[in-house]
Amino acid sequence: MTRHAVRAAVALLLVGLAVTPFLDVEVPGVFAHSLARPGTLQLLGLCLTFGAVALSYDLLFGVTGLLSFGHALWFAIGVYLTDIALTRWHWSLGATVLFALAAALVAALVLGAVSLRVTGIAFAMVTLAFAQAGSILVHKNPGGITGGEEGLGLDVAHLPDLLVGVVNTRYLYWIALAYLLVTAAICWWLVGSRPGRVWQAVRENERRVEVMGLRPYAFKLFAFAVSAVLAALGGTVYMLLVGGASPAITTGSLSLALLVMVVLGGAGTLWGAIVGGFLYQYLDQRLVALASSSVVAGLPAWLRAPLGEPLFILGALFVGLVLFFPGGIAGAVTRVRLPRRAA
Amino acid sequence: MTALLTVGDLHVRFGQSHVLQGVSFEVPEGGVTALLGRNGAGKTTTLKAILGLVQRAGKIELGGADVSSEATHRIVRRGVGYVPEDREVFSELTVAENLRLAVRDPEPRYQLVHDLFPELGRRAGQRAGTLSGGQQQMLAIGRALLNQNRILLIDEPTKGLAPKVVGEVVEVLEQAARTTTMLLVEQNLAVARRLAATAVVLDQGRVAFAGTIEALLEEPTLARRYLGVHG
Amino acid sequence: MLLVTGLGLGALYFLLAAGLSLTYGLMRVLNFAHGVFLTVGAYTAWTVATHVSGNEWVRFGLALGGSLLVGAVVAAAVELTLIRPLYRRHVEQVLVTVGLALALTALTQGAFGADPRPYPSPGWMDQVTLLGGATVPNSRLAAIAAAGLVLAALAVFLRFTRWGTIVRAGVENRQMVSALGIDVQRAFTLVFALGGVAAALGGALAASYFGNIDPQRGGEVLIFAFIVVVIGGLGSVSGAAVAAGLVGVMQQFANYYFGVWWGFSAAGDLAVVALLAIVLLVRPQGLAGTAPA
Repeated sequence: MTRHAVRAAVALLLVGLAVTPFLDVEVPGVFAHSLARPGTLQLLGLCLTFGAVALSYDLLFGVTGLLSFGHALWFAIGVYLTDIALTRWHWSLGATVLFALAAALVAALVLGAVSLRVTGIAFAMVTLAFAQAGSILVHKNPGGITGGEEGLGLDVAHLPDLLVGVVNTRYLYWIALAYLLVTAAICWWLVGSRPGRVWQAVRENERRVEVMGLRPYAFKLFAFAVSAVLAALGGTVYMLLVGGASPAITTGSLSLALLVMVVLGGAGTLWGAIVGGFLYQYLDQRLVALASSSVVAGLPAWLRAPLGEPLFILGALFVGLVLFFPGGIAGAVTRVRLPRRAA
Repeated sequence: MTALLTVGDLHVRFGQSHVLQGVSFEVPEGGVTALLGRNGAGKTTTLKAILGLVQRAGKIELGGADVSSEATHRIVRRGVGYVPEDREVFSELTVAENLRLAVRDPEPRYQLVHDLFPELGRRAGQRAGTLSGGQQQMLAIGRALLNQNRILLIDEPTKGLAPKVVGEVVEVLEQAARTTTMLLVEQNLAVARRLAATAVVLDQGRVAFAGTIEALLEEPTLARRYLGVHG
Repeated sequence: MLLVTGLGLGALYFLLAAGLSLTYGLMRVLNFAHGVFLTVGAYTAWTVATHVSGNEWVRFGLALGGSLLVGAVVAAAVELTLIRPLYRRHVEQVLVTVGLALALTALTQGAFGADPRPYPSPGWMDQVTLLGGATVPNSRLAAIAAAGLVLAALAVFLRFTRWGTIVRAGVENRQMVSALGIDVQRAFTLVFALGGVAAALGGALAASYFGNIDPQRGGEVLIFAFIVVVIGGLGSVSGAAVAAGLVGVMQQFANYYFGVWWGFSAAGDLAVVALLAIVLLVRPQGLAGTAPA
């Protein structure tokens, strides 16, 4: 496919995504209801959101080579701070979002400064530990602020009317789409310019970057902060889509899921992460439906046990992916493309 | 003389850099072949490639058998002794443990090693990491001599050693060379000249000269161009 | 009494951390599925214990033996089928263990249900012993004894056997071990299997310790085991032992005292995280690790 063809296809796709709420079309098997229905739009919105959050993680892991096991922390900060500010402190939406992003930035700079003192496995462990600390804080519910195990509902009193109510799901959908576009624009711009080149150099060979007279630490911190803020923004969008905050999103499982999303799509390719995130979220939601469906219930016991657990299917798929398709979806596409180019 | 080791069209790449670009040469049986060249020419990489310690493409024949895709430990079990550039003894293990680990033959030549390197016997229980540079070199060489290998791959055995120790090491190698074929990487031309009969010179990943060492040294321009000012 | 409980907890961490540390030191693989070995051990022990009748100690012994066996087999199988094919691709190896952990935990949940199941320990486990003026639950003592045995056994293995020497050398420089004609990959499988045995033992003992088994416990303990490994120094069993004791005790003390003073009983867990951060800042190679070049 030539560059122009790709650009045209992407443009077409974006237009399609933008007008989806107007398309009263059924896609049997893929979605339970028509595209224009709030249920479908919410699902699509979630998929778009996670596509963008996965993209933010790809910036950190795929491009810069920093394997973090605690990326969910930033997402959780976005979710919880937005929810707390709206519901407990009764702030306006604008102030809330700014607050959440600022808090994420500050936290990322502080925690990043500490974590990046080490590399490799030690770095991964620190990020895991910090995320775990965050998760503990949320669960323990100091001062009753986070709602603890039960999560926190959303008080919609201070939200603009346009975002309240099931009928207005389309606006939340468009916000998710806008978030994805903003994130993608930022990521592509950064990767295409100097920071991106240094990041990729850091991933390949950090010592060589030092020899070139640059400070890898500063660039790594920059990547860390940018990806954290983007993820936090995603948390805000997610919270609006879902209408609340729950401690499940603070666990290590989400960080691992982000890793799966990025590897699924193809680490380092950026667009792969979007596809991976979108697909993972879709599968996650649909597999739950499948697992509790009558189809699975009718299977013999030894099949029902594994297939009834969506995480099993995801885990097994991931293992197969890593063993046989380490390049992810992007890798498979490249393999198909390459022979044609050579011809 | 038949060739014990044949290297054919060896290519090694590290990321973007093409370190070995089609290296081919033969090591005749029963002699010492010096592998010479300036720093970065690819000498150490060649030894590692022969052993399969780095990913390589090309053909490697040892004693008539094609070992191009064999795992390192299998190649070594065919009778290859290796003395790496930085000695690479196991610092947390004792001298005795280092030696014991290297044993492959049913009757290892402990007596020979202890005769050649009496220090090792005296320091058997000492942690190898606390040995001096020269002593570690003795250990590394002793390790390779324990078994009756068909060929020894030795990488810069005199690097960083005091002149007196260099002399001792060279004597040991001379003795070993009487019974075992050797491929010797050396920057020190005097040492190479003393030990080796044939030479292969590498320059920027390619073979620039292969022949007798005398032929190489008769051409002073060659020696200066490919080896820098040495010996 | 807190000291013993802390050490008991530390003992469980050590059983997991020892295998993790060796695996990482030798193979540079961070095995996220290690927690699953614990789960496998726990559920095997439970299965045996609930299907065997007779003297409660015989039951316990059989359960323990069964879990050790299954732990070794599962770990070896994982290494041979999943880790070995990805030789030298360390990121992919970590990823594959992540996927495996997800899948196997979910499988256990699917097969046995997500709720904790009570574990029939010998009555002695639930009793207490008077030790230096404090009452100490016997299950903690059992855990500490087991950890001590494993530590001793590993020490003997590493120092006095050929494969142990190979492992010690390989942790330092596995390429050179290959260059001596030794099949390093066999050492990998061995170490992985040993780790599996230790983890399974931990799982079976944790069943008595907590009184029940549940599918998530492996993952929960694993995080602390990781922290212990990093604090102790990657690749060092003795470092892991010291760190495990330290972490376990600290966690218990902090949880208790902060719980009593401020009603904040998670302080111990947070304190452990803080300790990790401090260690990484001050001495990133851990207690027993060698300083970076």
